[in-house]
Amino acid sequence: MKDYRFIGKSTPRKDALDIVTGRTKFINDLTIPNMLYGKVLRSPLPHALIKSIDTTEAMRLQGVKAVLTYKDVPDWKAGFPHHVRILDSKVRYVGEGVALVAAETEDIAEEALRLIKVEYEPLPAVYDVEESIKPDAPQLYDQFPGNVFPQDNVVFGPHTLNEVVIGDIEKGFEEADFIVEGTYAYENIPNPLPPESPGVIALWEGTDNLTVWLASQGPQIFKAAFQRRMGNINLQSLGNPVGGSYGSKYMSWQYALPAVALSKATGKPVKFCYGKAEHLAAFTLRLGSRIHGKVGMKKDGTVTALSGDWLVNSGSFSEATQGMVAVGCGEAQLMLRCKNWSFIPKMVCTNRTASGQVRGFGGQELKCALTPILTMGMEKADVDPVDFFKKNYVKAGDGFYWRDGDWWVCRGIDYSNAINQGAETFGWKEKWKGWLKPTSVNGAKYRGVGVGVHGNADAGEDVSEVYVRLEPNGSAIIHCGIAEHGTGQRSSICKMVAEVLQLPLDRVYVTPTDSLVNPIEIGPVGSRGTYAIGGAVIAAAEDAKRQLFELMAPKFKVKPEDLETEDGMVYVKGKPDKRIPWIKEMQYYGSIMGHGRFESDFSIPNFMMIFTEVEVDTETGKVDLIRVVGTTDVGQVIDPLSLTNQLNGCLGSAGIDSAIFEETVLDTRLGRIMNCNMIDYKWRTFSELPEMEHSILETPFPTHRFHAIGVGEITPSPGPSAVLMAVSNAIGVRIHDYPLTPDKVLSALGKIGSPMRRE
Amino acid sequence: MTLTLEKSSHSTLTLTVNGEKHSFMLGEGPHEVASSHTLAHTLRERLGLTGTKISCDNGACGCCTVLINGKAVQSCMLLTVECEEKEITTIEGLGDPVTNVIDPLQQSFIDHTAFQCGFCTPGIIMSAKALLNENPSPTRDEVKEALSGNFCRCISHYHVLDAVMAAAKKGGNQ
Ligand code: FES
Ligand code: FES
Repeated sequence: MKDYRFIGKSTPRKDALDIVTGRTKFINDLTIPNMLYGKVLRSPLPHALIKSIDTTEAMRLQGVKAVLTYKDVPDWKAGFPHHVRILDSKVRYVGEGVALVAAETEDIAEEALRLIKVEYEPLPAVYDVEESIKPDAPQLYDQFPGNVFPQDNVVFGPHTLNEVVIGDIEKGFEEADFIVEGTYAYENIPNPLPPESPGVIALWEGTDNLTVWLASQGPQIFKAAFQRRMGNINLQSLGNPVGGSYGSKYMSWQYALPAVALSKATGKPVKFCYGKAEHLAAFTLRLGSRIHGKVGMKKDGTVTALSGDWLVNSGSFSEATQGMVAVGCGEAQLMLRCKNWSFIPKMVCTNRTASGQVRGFGGQELKCALTPILTMGMEKADVDPVDFFKKNYVKAGDGFYWRDGDWWVCRGIDYSNAINQGAETFGWKEKWKGWLKPTSVNGAKYRGVGVGVHGNADAGEDVSEVYVRLEPNGSAIIHCGIAEHGTGQRSSICKMVAEVLQLPLDRVYVTPTDSLVNPIEIGPVGSRGTYAIGGAVIAAAEDAKRQLFELMAPKFKVKPEDLETEDGMVYVKGKPDKRIPWIKEMQYYGSIMGHGRFESDFSIPNFMMIFTEVEVDTETGKVDLIRVVGTTDVGQVIDPLSLTNQLNGCLGSAGIDSAIFEETVLDTRLGRIMNCNMIDYKWRTFSELPEMEHSILETPFPTHRFHAIGVGEITPSPGPSAVLMAVSNAIGVRIHDYPLTPDKVLSALGKIGSPMRRE
Repeated sequence: MTLTLEKSSHSTLTLTVNGEKHSFMLGEGPHEVASSHTLAHTLRERLGLTGTKISCDNGACGCCTVLINGKAVQSCMLLTVECEEKEITTIEGLGDPVTNVIDPLQQSFIDHTAFQCGFCTPGIIMSAKALLNENPSPTRDEVKEALSGNFCRCISHYHVLDAVMAAAKKGGNQ
């Protein structure tokens, strides 16, 4: 393997000093002169019409600058298809906005909320995905009869994938040696829960100038999506460092639009940051996912047919549910080489806070329900799940429909080596005792193991465009609209440029995440940072280098391709002694602008497998996570510590722990979320960490300059189904939903009755 | 200012933060400290010390951890008016104020990339600092215990443990 100067070496994050000294300015750390504070009055009812709303008293309070209701807000619509107003005359979940207030202080704004009088006409509400599609169910939207979001979606172009129908399903079942059928659900709607709650500052000036400072993983997406919807205004979006996102702060309109409306109404900058209770009770959660599935299998574990209904509970609106369903459908095919499919999703609205994008983007939600159905077949065939996943994971030459509805043929690498090495690191062979069999028993404590797999073809998704500017003093500036949300990607792209141009790392900078300075950047999502954004960055650096050499070649009387550069100096290959600094030819007033562009390419899937060992206390029902081993092949590590950080992230962001104790508890009598604080919403503490180990392979990907591919987004997604498998093996009984709380475990063991909250 | 001072000794409040004294008027006005204000709020909104983060604002997550007389406390759970006559240290107060050299613990966090988004980091560093003040050579389990009130959703815990252990080891060798 090539020994690089920066790539593959641990280097300090460029923003490290700011982070450890508290100097990093997150959105709520910013203040702008004359800034007002925005607050939202939220609905106490899950479904109701607003009969009347009286804001006079609130307006009279000193320090209040605006009170807006559905009658006054601009008619900008969000969601897919565009159906969500900032405020509406009807509320569809507890926590939906009813009125907006801007005031001089937060305290005044909050006081004003108390003075607004609202009269509601309550409507019946529905929460369960199958109840919601019954003919007599309460209807959420006139335009979505039957509470089903339309299939003709265009999130990813005119042919956006909305089902998997391949081959001849009847024939597939005929070829099977046996058929299994079952229902599994992942409906605990966990919250990815970044520590920083969503927040924004908006400033509307004059008739058509808007500036937004956004805590968002994709601040430019707000501009791309809303500039035209707002009347083709001048919109500048600025991205702040993001205090965690995990996908949830990608689409920022839920928090940005109220602030924009308030700023438009007052002419002043308005800061609007969610409190933690709002974040937990009135912001987007994971999708609810339930699958009734049927699998035809041969005795050797070959899957001949898969049919299923995927019932997707999107809550009160669709932020990007169609997109998540499209990617989920693609990812199902990556894990399963099956010739005959009939897998039909249905996207349903219900009266709870909506589901939105979260790391795993539909795929995790799908896997959590689909994998256990496949394991029923594996159990019957008595096939080891590791062997099954190895045999079935997409290989070069295999085809699949991706999110755009096109048929893509895999050009990636074979991940069998990663699977083998992961299994060895974990000690799978020794620990696996067969289906529904514990690994070991010690009194009341039963141990079990499980494994899960995930991967997507989004590492090369979408266009990225980047400029790299060379400055005469021997430095490089990357014009890229990428936000830093924790992956270290802003530092990693500096490493890529430093490597291409052989510059010291402290001579490479990235422009602020500012839409006035940078080309449109959809952002670091879907593990695309390394391959797609990185691809554009590298191309721009190469282009700049080419121009530099063209400029310098006459001086050396050689061809441009004979030149080399290092530390801001140029020399002829093989003759490093005679060096000329860039400035000699660039002059102090000159600069060179390299341009790079990456075009979407869905042919290179990435891969993640997670092995888990759990211990179940059969007396108390408590599940302890003992050990986690992740395995992947990244082609080439860019930054070892950033990579292990991302891999360790499999526990958090509503990942593995959403199988064990994480859940958003909805009281279906009132429609309220019961655990909207960080004491009742459970999260893992330092003192409960499992052993964590990773096996990281580096099989070069020929299609990337440094042979690398990203995996950050996908690391949590194989985890929950692996835990479900491990617990079932430990106790010898299958459990059909998540999380595996003591009541469910004890009920599965027949020690108590059915837990109350289950249907 | 003087007028009010003369009016009543209860109408002002003096805080000692990072070795500096700051006086405030007590009251509900935009630049005053209200009796309902938490220390976290005052540090951030009145003193501009935004290194102290607020996440849960109810004592669950540790993002707002500061040192009071060397001990880690959650500043969102303390009223500012309770903090007079106490030595308050925030993340901005670590390191050497004269040379501007950061604390070895902060350096260790940099060396181990012991953060991802970094939002939880100031709170974690302050909790770890309090531990090392009391116990300069903790075991890994003692570090875990000391940090068990600090939420980190990115799961930087493993690197944090490495960073704190390395800092402790270095400190011990000196
Ligand atoms: S913000 Fe103080 S403990 Fe969470
Ligand atoms: S580094 Fe993001 S929460 Fe800890």
